[in-house]
Amino acid sequence: MPKTWRNHALLAYALAILAFLYLPLMILALYSFNESRINAVWSGFTVNWYASLFNNRRVLEALTNSLAVACISTVISTVLGTTGAMALNRYKYRFKAAINGLLYLPILIPEIVMGLSLLVLFSQTAIPLGKVSLILAHITFCVSFVVITVNSRLEGMEAELEAAAADLYATPLQTFRYVTLPLAMPGIIAGALIAFTLSIDDFVISFFVAGPNSTTLPLYIYAMVKRGISPEINALSTLMMLTTVLLIILAHLLQGSPKKASPADE
Amino acid sequence: MEAMIRLEGISKRFGDQVIIPPTDLTVNEGEFLTLLGPSGCGKTTLLRMIAGLETPSSGKIFLADKEVTDLPPYQRDVNMVFQHYALFPHMTVEENIRFGLKMKKVDLQEQDKRVEQVLAMTRLQELRHRYPKQMSGGQQQRVAIARALVNNPKVVLLDEPLGALDYQLRKNLQLELADLQYDLGITFVYVTHDREEALTMSDRIIVMNKGLIEQDGRPGEIYHRPGNEFVAKFIGETNFFDLGDGLTTLLRPEKLNLCPEEGDDGAHPAPHFFGTITDVVFYGTIDKVFVDLDGSKQEVVAYQYFDDARKWRMDERVGIWWYPQDEVKLSK
Repeated sequence: MPKTWRNHALLAYALAILAFLYLPLMILALYSFNESRINAVWSGFTVNWYASLFNNRRVLEALTNSLAVACISTVISTVLGTTGAMALNRYKYRFKAAINGLLYLPILIPEIVMGLSLLVLFSQTAIPLGKVSLILAHITFCVSFVVITVNSRLEGMEAELEAAAADLYATPLQTFRYVTLPLAMPGIIAGALIAFTLSIDDFVISFFVAGPNSTTLPLYIYAMVKRGISPEINALSTLMMLTTVLLIILAHLLQGSPKKASPADE
Repeated sequence: MEAMIRLEGISKRFGDQVIIPPTDLTVNEGEFLTLLGPSGCGKTTLLRMIAGLETPSSGKIFLADKEVTDLPPYQRDVNMVFQHYALFPHMTVEENIRFGLKMKKVDLQEQDKRVEQVLAMTRLQELRHRYPKQMSGGQQQRVAIARALVNNPKVVLLDEPLGALDYQLRKNLQLELADLQYDLGITFVYVTHDREEALTMSDRIIVMNKGLIEQDGRPGEIYHRPGNEFVAKFIGETNFFDLGDGLTTLLRPEKLNLCPEEGDDGAHPAPHFFGTITDVVFYGTIDKVFVDLDGSKQEVVAYQYFDDARKWRMDERVGIWWYPQDEVKLSK
């Protein structure tokens, strides 16, 4: 049976790839429950590291910083990105394709270049490095993602719907409130979730523009690693990983449900 | 009859391109008026200018004697049935229908009453909680009509509302829609490129081409007395003859009669032309007979009913005759 043989081979190959991708993460998660301080030796199951994490004042401070920066930059970039996407989608103008292309650029530019350029910008404009500079930086790289997710949602929307609303006595504001916004909402939420995830996870750009009182979780982990890898870091990383995965799954679910299906047959 | 819509010198340009040159048009109250023409003739643009979805480049629009030229669509007492229905996908049938009443802030009891009426009228009661994507094209089309009618508008504007449906369903809905309009007495302005649809449903037809009104008349007039070559060709098959009187003579294929060249009983007007049959095509109720006229390259088509006394065959020699009153004369 060459066919089943081939199927088995394909399955094994797929599993190998998945293992390659996820084994390191799984090991990290596993060792976060290790009783021993030394990573290489398994000495028993414990959740102590998680407990000590939540008693560590500096971890909590970094967590608060991360959440504050992520929340504020998510809200601002979602509002900016959504309105931007609507403008880009609504109006016809010259060089539309080129301008849409420019939106992808911040995503493709090496982060280290982004970080460095922002650092130069902040020092030129005398903006002190701290939470404000951090939030501004996070907004810059989050906006593109929001625009792209909202835009793709709007593109799947029938153009005549807003005309239909206007024809049915809805003022422009009511059209936005009852038709455009609800239909764009899954895209907006997905965009916000992606923005939040990017902000929480960002290291490289934050490394350049954070100040002494604005250490975020990734920056704190980096500082801890310099003093050796402890199970506490494993625990913290595992929590961050879980949060990210959950947010991304949520964003994906929201994006994948456009209400545009072909009508059933008569 | 009262004028419900009056267009005075309405025109539309996009940049240098003239879509509709200045045009006057009156739609009477309670009338089923059809704008008929090939795609790109400006009929949809004209409809959207009445709805307020396009701004005219010049001219004035009056609705029930009130000027509405500069009013936005949400302040005009007209409702539109869109070509692809444009139903709100995130609302149920009932919510879609209620939308206009909700925006106009009609009181809730009145809203309920009118929604129920319209649901019953369009036989949508059972589907009220469905979402548009859960329904067939025909059902969605009924929701689109219900969503317009529920507002008791002065005028309903319909933009090829049956275009996306299959032939059989379209024929049923044509009659349903015409009946509905007749019963309600609401003015309908209907846009289509389908001549059969226009002929069966309308009180009056405006034939348009390249932004111009080619003819304005009742369906019978448009069909039997086309005002020019374009209308004659667009509304059905036509034969054009030059009878040497300086005019073009038009005859519909069903007005042409055939007789044998030899041994004819002569109990009808004398044949104008003789020719040879090149093809006979079976069309169900009729045979289409194609005849090459003697002494010219012209081919004419005549419809012969199936129950006619004689069956015609290829290569037969025939005379072509007609009654003088069936001739339509056009200046060249």
